[in-house]
Amino acid sequence: MSGRVLVGVKRVIDYAVKIRVKPDHSGVVTEGVKHSMNPFCEIAVEEAVKMKEKKLIKEVVVVSCGPQQVQETIRTALAMGADRGIHVEVLAKDYESLGPLQVSKIMAALAKKEEAQLVILGKQAIDGDCNQTGQMTAALLDWSQGTFASEVTLEGGQVKVVREIDGGLETIKINTPAVITADLRLNTPRYATLPNIMKAKKKKIANVKPVDLGVELTSKLEVLRVDEPPQRQAGVKVETVDDLVGKLKEAGRI
Amino acid sequence: MAVKQDHGGSARIHENLRDEKTQELRGRSVTLGLCLRGCRPLSQLAELPEMHQMMRQTCRDYATKELAPIAAMLDKNHTYPTKQVQELGAMGVMAIEVPEELGGAGMDYLAYSLAMEEISRGCASTGVVVSVNNSLYIGPILKFGNEEQKKQWITPFTTGEKVGCFALSEPGNGSDAGAASTLAHQDGDEWVLNGTKAWITNSWDASATVVFATTDKSLKHKGISAFLVPMPHPGLSLGKKEDKLGIRASSTGNIILDDCRIPLRNLLGSRGAGFKIAMQTLDSGRIGIASQALGIAQASLDCAADYAHKRTAFGAPIGKMQAIQFKLADMALAIESARLLTWKAALLRDAKKPFTMAAAMAKLSASEAATFSAHQIQSNLCFALDHMGNLKSIQILGGMGFVTDMPAERHYRDARITEIYEGTSEIQRLVIANQILKEYQP
Repeated sequence: MSGRVLVGVKRVIDYAVKIRVKPDHSGVVTEGVKHSMNPFCEIAVEEAVKMKEKKLIKEVVVVSCGPQQVQETIRTALAMGADRGIHVEVLAKDYESLGPLQVSKIMAALAKKEEAQLVILGKQAIDGDCNQTGQMTAALLDWSQGTFASEVTLEGGQVKVVREIDGGLETIKINTPAVITADLRLNTPRYATLPNIMKAKKKKIANVKPVDLGVELTSKLEVLRVDEPPQRQAGVKVETVDDLVGKLKEAGRI
Repeated sequence: MAVKQDHGGSARIHENLRDEKTQELRGRSVTLGLCLRGCRPLSQLAELPEMHQMMRQTCRDYATKELAPIAAMLDKNHTYPTKQVQELGAMGVMAIEVPEELGGAGMDYLAYSLAMEEISRGCASTGVVVSVNNSLYIGPILKFGNEEQKKQWITPFTTGEKVGCFALSEPGNGSDAGAASTLAHQDGDEWVLNGTKAWITNSWDASATVVFATTDKSLKHKGISAFLVPMPHPGLSLGKKEDKLGIRASSTGNIILDDCRIPLRNLLGSRGAGFKIAMQTLDSGRIGIASQALGIAQASLDCAADYAHKRTAFGAPIGKMQAIQFKLADMALAIESARLLTWKAALLRDAKKPFTMAAAMAKLSASEAATFSAHQIQSNLCFALDHMGNLKSIQILGGMGFVTDMPAERHYRDARITEIYEGTSEIQRLVIANQILKEYQP
């Protein structure tokens, strides 16, 4: 086993920022807006770094796909303890249409190239909310997957994953190599320490192009229009249950 | 230091010193022998380097998530933030400038200033604990200590487990630091210290202190020396914890030395160098306090601008009204100006260039920006009548700014001390004037 873990990180609009739709409804405003690492990706990085600290794995390689700015996100992961980074260069215009299918093809190609034992991703990104990349990556590689992980334990050539599902918690045991996607309660990501930020300066970030990995970026999906969610309307207070039933019937709800 | 000796050499030495001074005053490098690190370009004032941005972000994240939510409680209960100081220590924030081999983060003063501002924006009390440890306690030991002293007195204080303090002020003298009445005399293989120090930040939580005492009264301020004293220690006791207007989560009190005996090797720097050590330490400390003041000021602006959007009066958010807009603009201007001065002082210090005047300007402008901004956030239905543009901040929140439900009143109280400690605003003005007059000396 290579002892190498590949972690994917995505640069997204910071969770605290109020999102605004572009006037032409083609997307959301990203220019000049604060960006940071996707919270679930932070959890993924933290899990990998913890495994390395426990000496269960040897190397954490962090990957991000996108234009120049994603290097900031890779460096943040390096400051959290990842060993090296890979920046998959995607030009700004292609980045707009970059989706889970292309990213999973890239991740799969890199996982093979790096001979990764595990691929850990956030369960979803807070901008797209697709929740597909992890699953697609596993399928492309024909690897096991443990998604929505709230607990991950390496046991020899296998991984025990506790998954958060609708009914509660499900524990599965899967073979490595495997893809894991991190859910909220998997861990609490650490703050990058100042010495580690200094060390991150010296860690390497390799540049790779999708074409070098044999991945074609054209998307089969086209975004037609983006709108704000409808404004929340005020509710109506009723006096009795009969009134309530009446109102619901009026609104065609029952 | 030039020694008075009766041979031709002394005249040359005095001449060289005078030359050094003149060069220093003209802002150029001191002494030809020194190899200067290149001064970083001024563009850094416009955009911070990536490492600094990352460091600022991590401190901001920490302050937002871990300090801001508990700041009101810490203030109300006068509780020292033990856990937070330890966490900050683990992040390297308690010893930012200390080299890695001694356990620090190995970063520069610009990084320290950024960290201080972000931490103080979350909680001003935690900010002062960080500042005193970094600038006033570790600072002089790093600069004037020998290797043994650095290992013994700095390394254990980098982790957040232990903090130090700086004991210069006395009940009888604050601004007049040269009049130290605490005495130290040698008795065999020990120094014996006697006297009282006042207004010592961190005193109740510290594990060591840098104490200034007079070793040669006849030499006046050149007869003061600096000593390292562990805490607790026989002969050292603490006066009552002061009940303060602001920065309440940090402890402030007297340190009483009564036949306090320490080994000879606890002398910091050379005998008689105490005043110089204190002044140079305070120069750097001013950058830390300026940054703390910036954090408080920024927190006030955050509060005011947010409220301006949400609070409506006369049918519209008050942010639409010119009087409020003028206040916000004045606050932002004061803060940004002070911030640039603070960064400049830090950059000059990092480049090992003279920074005394820059630091004094930074501390003066930042502390005044803090009290100004904090004042603006209160009151308000009378804003239309408020044509007396003085202290503005508390004027925006109105009654809400006066009660403890909102942080505005705490910022008001925390801001006030920044104009007083580590050199009052009056002293800063004297320092600046002194430098200017020297520059213009005919």
